[in-house]
Amino acid sequence: MAKKKKITARVVSQKVLAEGVMDLCIETNLAEDAKPGQFVGIFPKNAATLLPRPISICGYDKEKGTLRIVYRIAGTGTAEFSLYKQGDSVQVLGVLGNGFPLDKAEGKKVLIIGGGIGVPPLLGLAKELKSLGKASEIAMVMGYRDSETFLADEFGDQGSLYIATEDGSVGTKGNVIDACRENGIKADVIYACGPMPMLKGVKNFAAEIGAKAYLSLEERMACGVGACLGCICKTKNVDEHSHVNNARICTDGPVFDADDLEL
Amino acid sequence: MNTQINIAGVTFKNPVMTASGTFGSGMEYAEFVDLNRLGAVVTKGVANVPWPGNPTPRVAEVYGGMLNAIGLQNPGVDVMIERDLPFLKDFDTRVIVNVCGKSTQDYVDVVEKLSDQPVDMLEINVSCPNVKEGGIAFGQNPDALYDITKEIKKHAKQPIIMKLSPNVTSISEMAKAAEAAGSDAISLINTITGMKIDIYRRKFAIANKTGGLSGPAIKPVAVRMVYEASHAVKIPVIGMGGIATAEDAIEFIMAGATGIAVGAMNFHDPYATIKVVEGIERFMEEQGIEDINDIRGCV
Repeated sequence: MAKKKKITARVVSQKVLAEGVMDLCIETNLAEDAKPGQFVGIFPKNAATLLPRPISICGYDKEKGTLRIVYRIAGTGTAEFSLYKQGDSVQVLGVLGNGFPLDKAEGKKVLIIGGGIGVPPLLGLAKELKSLGKASEIAMVMGYRDSETFLADEFGDQGSLYIATEDGSVGTKGNVIDACRENGIKADVIYACGPMPMLKGVKNFAAEIGAKAYLSLEERMACGVGACLGCICKTKNVDEHSHVNNARICTDGPVFDADDLEL
Repeated sequence: MNTQINIAGVTFKNPVMTASGTFGSGMEYAEFVDLNRLGAVVTKGVANVPWPGNPTPRVAEVYGGMLNAIGLQNPGVDVMIERDLPFLKDFDTRVIVNVCGKSTQDYVDVVEKLSDQPVDMLEINVSCPNVKEGGIAFGQNPDALYDITKEIKKHAKQPIIMKLSPNVTSISEMAKAAEAAGSDAISLINTITGMKIDIYRRKFAIANKTGGLSGPAIKPVAVRMVYEASHAVKIPVIGMGGIATAEDAIEFIMAGATGIAVGAMNFHDPYATIKVVEGIERFMEEQGIEDINDIRGCV
């Protein structure tokens, strides 16, 4: 795995994608090592803050050396990031985590499920899977609160996209599993990222249709590099590193085989 | 220029250590930092058997610092002996293992298992605020601290450092109790018990309700306590609590600390320890200080 670093990146561009959702492009050599499903830690400049904000990588351009970061403004740190303009410096720790296991898609019917701010890392995954051409089929189901279906147009370019919205303004009214059922979607392999209730639903749905599921988890983190043991998740078996039923989301994940997790 | 210090007969190339729990067993940060440059690596606390720790969320940021309630999750001393100590042995730095337990016997078991291991000193954690049994129960009462120190000292092959809690009325009294029972050194401060409430969700930010406060926010409290403790006892003091820069480290040394440790700041800057090492050398050069030991307790 590539060596982790804390570096200074430059903002290439930033725009509003939806209400409270920002699309940030930064120039950094961390892009060279990035894989779908990995994340970075971004440090606010506000001296009252200490910890990096773990944010997923939405996409990357290895030739240009850029990372695309799509995030929701959720507090003082991300509010600060949202004000960054072209040319501003950004302190970034990365690249972190292992990303999605792409080899599991080989010859399989793949379903990619995202919810809310869990949607962005799946765009990078969908693009990568499409360009690798390993999967026999790719379907995508994205869940949103309302008609602000950010990134949906770009998902649409990667294959068949289904949308679920809580208010029913676009696609299926309900959650992503409702949309899967409504459209009779079946799969061999599911990749998912989103809030915990959604991930639990995906795990159950996968068991129901006999698919393998790989879930990307989120948790409050401190170090981001596996030292502090802040961001653990419960595992079914005793974890090799911790020797208890806890795995570190930052370094052992953030993507886990659903069968290995106690959600 | 001399940056070497001595604690209970163990020499350290410089006073800069890592605070237990913020640096794993060094493996994760070896990717960022040349461990050979550090005075010592102080490991995450280890018990006689694996501990699962607390539920999540375990960490929360607060103004100028963070709260944590990891709950001393650890893989147990056997794994440390098989995996972590062989890794650390190859570096030219001192190794201090932080020891935790629920009962006196737990501590004694760990200390005995480590007796023939490549470990330079033992730091005894009687100050974790985030576990119900053990830990802090020994660290908030001078008599209990005296008794457990005495018992561990009987079994320990390496010199011991009792790590003290700031959550006490008189740090001097605690320092004196540790010294009287034969502790070779003391370290302080562990985290300060705190709480954060998420007002929108009407919930505690940390699953454990309370967590230990660390980071720059606690530095003035730590400096004061290091000053008080180092004036109360003759044994060496290792100072920690919110050290972010070399200037902070110098402050602790001037307050009376022989060694210092960088903790939560590792999360903010994985290179923080090395920057403190280099910054201390630069400060000494600028100020014409020939020996780091000359400025200890100079205020």
